[in-house]
Amino acid sequence: MSELTQEGVAKLPIQERGFINFFRKLAKNKIAFISFVFLLLVHLGVFLGQFVWTISPESVDPANSLASWTSEHPLGTDDLGRDVLARLMYGGQITLLVGFFSMVFTVLVGGIIGAVAGFFGGWIDIILMRFTEAMMSIPNFFLALVALTVLGKSPFMVILVIAFTSWMEIARVVYGETLKWKESEFVEASKTMGSNAMRTLFKHIVPQIIPTIIIASTLGIAWAILTESAISYLGLGIQPPTATWGNMLQNAQQYIWTAPILGVLPGLSITLVVLAYNFLGDGLRDLLDPKHHKK
Amino acid sequence: MIDSVEVKLRLDDTQNQKKIILKADHIKKYFPVKSGILSREVKYVKAVDDISLEIFEGETFSLVGESGSGKSTLGRALLRIQEPDEGTISFDGKDITAMNRQQMKDVRKDMQVIYQDPFGSLNPRMKVIDLIAEPLDINNLYRGKERVERVIELMELVGLDPSRRNRYSHEFSGGQRQRIGIARAIALNPKFILADEAVSALDVSVQAQVVNLMKDLQKELGLTYLFIAHGLNIVRYISDRVGVMYLGKLVEVGNVEDIYSRPAHPYTNALIQTNPNPNPRSRREKLILKGEIPSPSNPPSGCRFHTRCPIASDKCKEVSPELREILPGRLVACHYPLI
Repeated sequence: MSELTQEGVAKLPIQERGFINFFRKLAKNKIAFISFVFLLLVHLGVFLGQFVWTISPESVDPANSLASWTSEHPLGTDDLGRDVLARLMYGGQITLLVGFFSMVFTVLVGGIIGAVAGFFGGWIDIILMRFTEAMMSIPNFFLALVALTVLGKSPFMVILVIAFTSWMEIARVVYGETLKWKESEFVEASKTMGSNAMRTLFKHIVPQIIPTIIIASTLGIAWAILTESAISYLGLGIQPPTATWGNMLQNAQQYIWTAPILGVLPGLSITLVVLAYNFLGDGLRDLLDPKHHKK
Repeated sequence: MIDSVEVKLRLDDTQNQKKIILKADHIKKYFPVKSGILSREVKYVKAVDDISLEIFEGETFSLVGESGSGKSTLGRALLRIQEPDEGTISFDGKDITAMNRQQMKDVRKDMQVIYQDPFGSLNPRMKVIDLIAEPLDINNLYRGKERVERVIELMELVGLDPSRRNRYSHEFSGGQRQRIGIARAIALNPKFILADEAVSALDVSVQAQVVNLMKDLQKELGLTYLFIAHGLNIVRYISDRVGVMYLGKLVEVGNVEDIYSRPAHPYTNALIQTNPNPNPRSRREKLILKGEIPSPSNPPSGCRFHTRCPIASDKCKEVSPELREILPGRLVACHYPLI
């Protein structure tokens, strides 16, 4: 009897919440789950591999350049005799970190601009969203190239430039969501109770948008990795001898006929990681945003 | 000697009963509508058009009317959730019409809202404890352990199991969610609650439970309700007095039983007659209203009801009737009241 509540409805079984439940649901989407496991392994390998494989990525051995796969160099060596496995790991660190932090800045800038424009409306909305649209109409890859040429090519600059040329999409998505939730009854209730604007925005509106932001961030990392690689490939990104997957690719193009594997390895790394992030993003969208219909 | 004592007692009595908690004078709320891209003429939807009313402490005052009659807008204008365009509102003896945000925040502690939609009015990403404690948090009252204790107390008061306070609202049924909304509304011990279609979204069986809960809480906490509804049976059950609205105008006000048994305005009459009667043996001549409610952006001239009124005359087409007292406590806006 105590299990019955006022409306005669039996209590629901205790719902499993949090991460375990989340991964159980994610596991149902095979591609997304495989992508997730793959990304986990790649990140573990890239960031922890250096403790197992201790060869420096910058130790040059010209006598042993363009070596094929041996037990000493499992993935061979490059034109300067540097160990390719070590360079892939260290290059991956830079590439993935640049991807991650670019995404963080992208989400921060885009999220704040979108939420503020949508929530406050009026002239704030007009100024911010027209600015967003203006930014979208500039071919942002070329803007990034120009900015890097002018501002220098440190990893931090690369992160900033990627972020400031790719926040617009998130701003628009967050803007739309904010407009939608701003009209909801619980937001009005909160205002009626005397909640101030900041509290309403962060307690009531932002939490509703977080799933959308998570999806956008996952896809954003993929985009940032791709952009970083493209910029580095063009020689305008992070400069050698610091390895990134993008500048490894650039370096490899001179040996495309003699040692094609030098290009294939970083290229494959970029492609697979970007693909996995995209699959994971799609999987998360199905999971977190049930209203989104696949075309 | 005895007479004068009696008179004095009666006066005291009426004064005690009839303390006005909310008084509205000539409230207007117009919504502009643009009639076309090129047209500069701005039309207005007169959602609330010059309404005055008084609500007494401790009573349940209901607003009834068809959809589009402006009853919700009036309720929201009275609490300044939507600012009225004209008119003055005084609450608990204070004029709140021109109060600023900070002053309103204080007044709002005493005037809370129960919303129609038990799904939309609760943030789906907040736990029940945080939902109910929201008014406490906003006003920085009760912290830490006291806050939990207050929420438990409130949950018990509205008939919810306090052990479920760390759940999310989607784990509750519609009626239980409405109880969460009620607990939130009474958290600050308010004097006045606007119940905006508070039970309309619920199943009939659950409606009765929630209405009974509201009645119990009213007795226990001395609440005043402004109850907005379109279900006439529930209004009859819960209300002390009723105001009938038609196209932004208040057409009749009076004690609930007086109005239900002897409606004075032809519109009230029609509304009550079309209400399904649970007694199958009662045979009443049904008066069905002709046509739809006219558009509030272009209301009829004179008495707004004359296009659908069975007893309208030429006078009704020209002269808008004022709300006047035809019997003590009974106000009607009609040239030819039925009583």
